[in-house]
Amino acid sequence: MRGRAEAGLAKGELTVALGVVALAFVVLWQAWSIPVSPIYAKVGPTLVPIMAGLGLLVFGLALLVSALRGGWQPDEEKAVMPDRRALGWVLAGLALNVLTIGPLGFTLASILLFVCVTRGFGSRNMLRDAWIGAVFALIAYLGFAKTLNINIGSGVIENGVEWVITMVRGR
Amino acid sequence: MEGFNGLMMGFGIALTPMNLLWCLVGTTLGTAIGVLPGLGPALTIALLLPITFKVEPTSAFILFAGIYYGAMYGGSTTSILLNTPGESASIVTSMEGNKMARNGRAGAALATAAIGSFVAGTIGTLGIAFLAPFVVDWALKFGPAEYFALMVLAFTTVSAVLGNSAVRGLTALFFGIWLGMIGIDLQTGQARFTFGVQELFDGINVIVVAVGLFAVGETLYNAATYKEGETKITPLKGSLMMTKLEWKRSIGPWLRGTAFGFPIGAMPAGGAEIPTFLSYYAEKKLTKYPEEFGTVGAIEGVAGPEAANNASAAGVLVPMLTLGLPTSATAAIMLSAFQSYGINPGPLLLQTQPALVWGLIASLFIGNVMLLVLNLPLIGLWVKMLNIPAPQLYAGILVFATIGTYGISQSYIDLILLYAIGIVGYLMRRYDFPTAPVIIGMILGPLAEQNFRQAMTISAGDWTVFFTRPLSLTIIVISVLLVVAPKLYGMVKARQAVA
Repeated sequence: MRGRAEAGLAKGELTVALGVVALAFVVLWQAWSIPVSPIYAKVGPTLVPIMAGLGLLVFGLALLVSALRGGWQPDEEKAVMPDRRALGWVLAGLALNVLTIGPLGFTLASILLFVCVTRGFGSRNMLRDAWIGAVFALIAYLGFAKTLNINIGSGVIENGVEWVITMVRGR
Repeated sequence: MEGFNGLMMGFGIALTPMNLLWCLVGTTLGTAIGVLPGLGPALTIALLLPITFKVEPTSAFILFAGIYYGAMYGGSTTSILLNTPGESASIVTSMEGNKMARNGRAGAALATAAIGSFVAGTIGTLGIAFLAPFVVDWALKFGPAEYFALMVLAFTTVSAVLGNSAVRGLTALFFGIWLGMIGIDLQTGQARFTFGVQELFDGINVIVVAVGLFAVGETLYNAATYKEGETKITPLKGSLMMTKLEWKRSIGPWLRGTAFGFPIGAMPAGGAEIPTFLSYYAEKKLTKYPEEFGTVGAIEGVAGPEAANNASAAGVLVPMLTLGLPTSATAAIMLSAFQSYGINPGPLLLQTQPALVWGLIASLFIGNVMLLVLNLPLIGLWVKMLNIPAPQLYAGILVFATIGTYGISQSYIDLILLYAIGIVGYLMRRYDFPTAPVIIGMILGPLAEQNFRQAMTISAGDWTVFFTRPLSLTIIVISVLLVVAPKLYGMVKARQAVA
């Protein structure tokens, strides 16, 4: 009980609850703006979306009440602080991947992602991780591209590998 | 003996070399992802959904079912040796199993888990074969109103009854239903929640949501909580051959666990947690060696819950195949695989696609035999996989998740959505929201809406249709009771305590 009183209101939970309530309003606002043709007046395209929005609103408010009363997580779980540095590295990897997958191609973007994630998990040997990531990404790329005939974003490396493969085959 | 004839036909299909190969690939892959922490069957099947464009349905479902069963077997290895259960249903196995392993009896624990899974899986699959035709006969009488009521029942149990908190479960469910609504409404042609983005007109791909929640969210969560050198693999010690006494102590729990698991799994409510816990407490009461529970590890406490877990996994396939009603995230992903083939699971499936259904059921028997071989004599191989260091494992998972989503659509929107949903998934893990209701709501939500509209059209817009048809009314009353009754009971108790 002491921990609860100290916490007063739980910041993390409060943010999450406010997020759910905000989402509920966006959903309701968007649901009401779906145009309804008079022919489908009975069960139009808006009924279930509005129900989903109302559901989010009701339970978001319930979460909000719970958060204002000290939150729903047990104290020992609250005490665990997430490792922000690690999260930062992984998130940076994801952002880099989105930015580079188009211009640089899948393999290079994957190497960047791989290195950032391993760094986030505490690996120090970036060069070795880059090599592992490169091999892994190329295997995955060729597996997908060849077996499913899907051409995922190719860049310098992929074209180089494809060129080598065609050269070897061509002989 | 519709079941028997069907099975014979099914074996004819499942025993073709090509389908045997699919089954072997599925069970091997399933065991691997079950062993590796951070990967699960729902995620794996979601990543493999694109093969539905290339492979015929029977083979694809044999592959998926192999992954589904295999993940159960592999998961028990990890919970015994690593004490980090990958899914909530394996928590019980790790309680006694890891204690056994620490006391040098890892071999016996792994053996009783694998053989128990085999016994339960085989009985459970027999259960599917003989129960399915009965459920179908009964389900043929269902109209849209009953289907809608059944879906409401599945929604409430999956989100409100099975988890820790009804409020958080239902929040996750409504979030999922909303995700399912995004895109063009098929009945009226209206765009819903597309915010003018062209890519959203076809709706959000379930692959993006499943991979985002289960791969990206999971990786972020593990990054935030990871401590180097914290997880220790208990070395594999002790003979894999069980002694006579160990056999004697295991057989009862296997059968009782199956008896708990299959019926509960087969209910349109589902869930593997309840039967595993029931089995654990039953064995703790019945055992002649109560002093071993919680101390050196009791073999009954591994045998029973493992059997219950596998039997309920088999049971979940009954409402899935006969009613088109998924009650777990994995089953929901399988339903979307059916949809991508244009097949509607439901009572007519057994008549329209007998080869698919019986081939699938027969392959489950074959898969169980394969899994027994894969998981006992070859166990050393899987234990080696546990040595893959976490940094490279999770980095690999993210690279694969990216290919699985970006590769099929080549769309930035999908990639950004994947990562955004991953962040939502992280927050859900961090603040104790269950993620399975999101997937179930997303896939079952649009189906519920469709049945709701059909019921309303048939009744000419009369809202009472759900309450005047006896069957539909019964199901709705049950769903309401399941949510309200525990609360009322708690309130009455609290009042009594005050007085």
